[in-house]
Amino acid sequence: MTLAATAAAHGFLSPTGVEIAFLLVGIATLGAALITVTTRQLVHAALWLVVALGGIAVEYLLLTAEFIAWVQVLIYVGSVVVLLLFGLMLTKAPIGRSPDADSGNRWAALVVALASAGTLVWVVVDAFRATWIDLDGAVQGSTATLGRTLFQYWVLPFEALSVLLLAALVGAIVLSRKGGEGKAPAADLRSGAARTGTAPREEQH
Amino acid sequence: MHLAYPAVLAVLLFCTGLYGVLARRNAILVLMSVELMLNAVNLNLVAFDVWLRDTLHAGQALTLFTIAIAAAEIGIGLAIVLLVYRNRGSSDIDRLRDLAERPDGGDATGHGAQPQPDTEAEAAA
Amino acid sequence: MTLTTTAVLVPLLPFLGSVAGFLLGRRAPGFVRPLAVLPTLATAALAVCVAVGQGGGPATDVATRLTPTGSIPIDLALHIDGFAALIGVLVGVVAACVQIYSTGYLRDDPRYPSYAALVSLFTSAMLLVVYTGDLMVLLVGWEVMGICSYFLVGHYWETEAARAASLKAFLVTKLGDVPFLFGIFALAADAGTFRITGILGKVADGGLHHPTLIALLLLGGVAGKSAQFPLHTWLPDAMAGPTPVSALIHAATMVAAGVYLVARLLPVFAASAAALVVLAVMAAITMVGSGLAALAQDDIKRVLAYSTVGQLGYMLGALAVGDRGAAVFHLLTHGAFKALLFLGAGVIIHAAGTNSLAAMSRMGGLARRIPDAYWTVTVALLALAAIPPFAGFFSKEAVLGAAEHAAHGQAHGIPGAVGWTVLISGVLTALLTAAYATRLWLLAFNGRGAEVPDHGKQPVVMNAMLWVLFVPTVALGLAGPYLPTWFDGRSLNPALTTSVVGTGVALIGGLVTYAAWRHTSARAARAPLGAVAVAPDAAPGLAEELAIESHTPAYGGIAGAPDPADPGRVLLGPLHRHAAVGFHLDAVYSALFVRPVRAAAQLVRFLDREVVDTYVRGAGAAPRWLGAAVRRAQTGNVQTYLGALLAGSLVLAVVAVLVATGTGA
Repeated sequence: MTLAATAAAHGFLSPTGVEIAFLLVGIATLGAALITVTTRQLVHAALWLVVALGGIAVEYLLLTAEFIAWVQVLIYVGSVVVLLLFGLMLTKAPIGRSPDADSGNRWAALVVALASAGTLVWVVVDAFRATWIDLDGAVQGSTATLGRTLFQYWVLPFEALSVLLLAALVGAIVLSRKGGEGKAPAADLRSGAARTGTAPREEQH
Repeated sequence: MHLAYPAVLAVLLFCTGLYGVLARRNAILVLMSVELMLNAVNLNLVAFDVWLRDTLHAGQALTLFTIAIAAAEIGIGLAIVLLVYRNRGSSDIDRLRDLAERPDGGDATGHGAQPQPDTEAEAAA
Repeated sequence: MTLTTTAVLVPLLPFLGSVAGFLLGRRAPGFVRPLAVLPTLATAALAVCVAVGQGGGPATDVATRLTPTGSIPIDLALHIDGFAALIGVLVGVVAACVQIYSTGYLRDDPRYPSYAALVSLFTSAMLLVVYTGDLMVLLVGWEVMGICSYFLVGHYWETEAARAASLKAFLVTKLGDVPFLFGIFALAADAGTFRITGILGKVADGGLHHPTLIALLLLGGVAGKSAQFPLHTWLPDAMAGPTPVSALIHAATMVAAGVYLVARLLPVFAASAAALVVLAVMAAITMVGSGLAALAQDDIKRVLAYSTVGQLGYMLGALAVGDRGAAVFHLLTHGAFKALLFLGAGVIIHAAGTNSLAAMSRMGGLARRIPDAYWTVTVALLALAAIPPFAGFFSKEAVLGAAEHAAHGQAHGIPGAVGWTVLISGVLTALLTAAYATRLWLLAFNGRGAEVPDHGKQPVVMNAMLWVLFVPTVALGLAGPYLPTWFDGRSLNPALTTSVVGTGVALIGGLVTYAAWRHTSARAARAPLGAVAVAPDAAPGLAEELAIESHTPAYGGIAGAPDPADPGRVLLGPLHRHAAVGFHLDAVYSALFVRPVRAAAQLVRFLDREVVDTYVRGAGAAPRWLGAAVRRAQTGNVQTYLGALLAGSLVLAVVAVLVATGTGA
């Protein structure tokens, strides 16, 4: 971060502290994500997802996008994962190891995922081999900056998004109702949807 | 900071999510994997926004929108999963095969997961 | 009425009668008989008027051209000379007799309306052939006759024999018609016109380039229609048709068309000595072969059929020696007595309940039961055997005289060999004719055995028609001295030498047959043969149909019968077996044409079923298998779909990147 802006000064063999931190957190995030998609304990998968999402929040911070980072923590870690846990419980997901967590499609999925990873890594590395992010200067993602931008330039999409969220709320309610009766699950889902609906409100602050 | 770091991390996270979507049996685990993929994209958006120093901060704004949409998606998705679970008694994706063509070419209704009474799901709730 | 109007009405009336018969036959059964008989009778009367009006004078030639038809014009032309006028009278009279006879013969037949209409149409077509002066119009009548004969021969289509015979008649005559058509085109192309007068004028100027080719091509059609070797085999089989049809088609009209055509176009044939030789050889083979075959037939009508073939051979022999007067004279007398013979045979078959001579020879009293038929048929047989003073004698002697004339080289442009061929075969045939006529008479009327069962009286019209035809049979020969003015002017009086030889030979033939019969008739009682009994009071047509149908199961074949009492068997000796089946010509045709065609059909069928269909089936099977394979991919598992989708888009992305960067291309 403190290094000179000249390209020659950059190099993989002389990582800066930010880079080292980013790398370490990234490894932790990736490991958590891998455990999330491979573990046989469904509840553990949700918990490891928390770790992965939190790691991403840290990465946002390292990229100076602090507002996004806190929103990430609030929405994902705070509500989405909780919602997922509720979902797991409502569908009577087994506690403990379930041997059939992966479908028979696993090997094909692995091949596709590895091939995609290989291709994308090759493309990305090939494209951004000599590109550096200049993290010095004004903070890019402070709440003030982003709030100004959001309500100056993005206000119309923002309001459209709130309508979308309302529609999602109504949709979730309609889906979870069942033909006039069955109030208990509908009420439960409503609480979840309400939680989702609160998210943008929190963002605005 | 080297741009390759966030970019490669995003790629790997995305492919991890991809694997999860394709390999997981439980629908809720699939939804988790979808969240991973969305977050990988968000990471990319933020990194490129920072790199480009965009005055409009389009990347970060879009990230916010993505997060909101992801929240809506998870709400609707969970509602659907619950509904399926209530109707079918299972949220295993590879048992929901009503779209498959039977060898006899006949209608596929009534096949697949045994239709379970809703009361069971309600009792769980 | 002018001669032209009358002559136009002659073919037109039966045609209109036929159309009306076809239209009204079903709806108004009461009109069918008048519609069949009256136009034909009127036509006969008008034909007589035409003949009287023509009176042997110069030919009347009228033509009208409706529309231009390309390079060579086609005219609706009338050409009426002595030949046309007299043959027109013959056709009209015989057709009228046949129509009247049929009202009795087919009185209960459900298909009588269409039958009568077809006979009228047939008569109309024949009269068109006779009166027209244009070869294309002649061809129309010629082909209409072919199709009518197909329908009429197949009248009893419930029987296998009739179905086969009608098909055979149609196919064999068509086989001859193909070269005939080419011959007409070649002739018209050479002469530049379809008008017969124009063609003959061109021939007289020596303007014909390929006379031999044209003559031989035309001979093909003539051989088919006039039942000459080697296309004669349809005629004996065609006896599966009703007897009046046999009388009309196979004695007086259709087979006469070929002879008449050659007579009309004789200069074309005479322009080529080779054609005359072929014609003479054809006629000679036909005459002798048919005489032998007639001697071996068991079906009375088949005897008469072979006799017709032989007499047509006489006519073509006369044409080969260049004397069309004698040929047409014989055509006239033969038309009269052969029609009488056929109609008489119809009466005999009804009275005897069978068409088998072997069965008749074991019945007594047939002559007493049908005195009209007995006397008229006896006289007609005498005429057939050329015994003076009946009609056949004069005409046959005219033919033999002409042949002798040519044999001595006195005829202009006719090779002597042709004359000798016709003369010798003619004399030989006279012997055979007398023999088979005697055999027929002896077997049919002099049978010994149980009394004939009573099959009811014949309708009066049938016997009346026999007497009508009896008159020309007896008297037509006496007209010989008056006829030359109608024809080419050559004398038709019998010459002394040929008369003595011909009559003597005929007498010898008759006596030898009688002796053989005396020798064999004693065996008849010892070798009983089942006579076919028919329900009493059945209509004559029905009786004949049953007789035809039961001949093969009763006697083991349609032609012959294993009868040791047959004088023909004694006379022919080892030849009998071959003569009974027409000297195996059908077998030869079967080997030459039928089997190759069947084999080819089998091959085509195989190719179609196994080769072509394989492609067709393959075109269906490949997509089906492909579909089955693709259907297996429809597992219903969303993850599988998604995996395949992502893998595919990955491949596409890689390809796109490679192409865009130029690394892969």
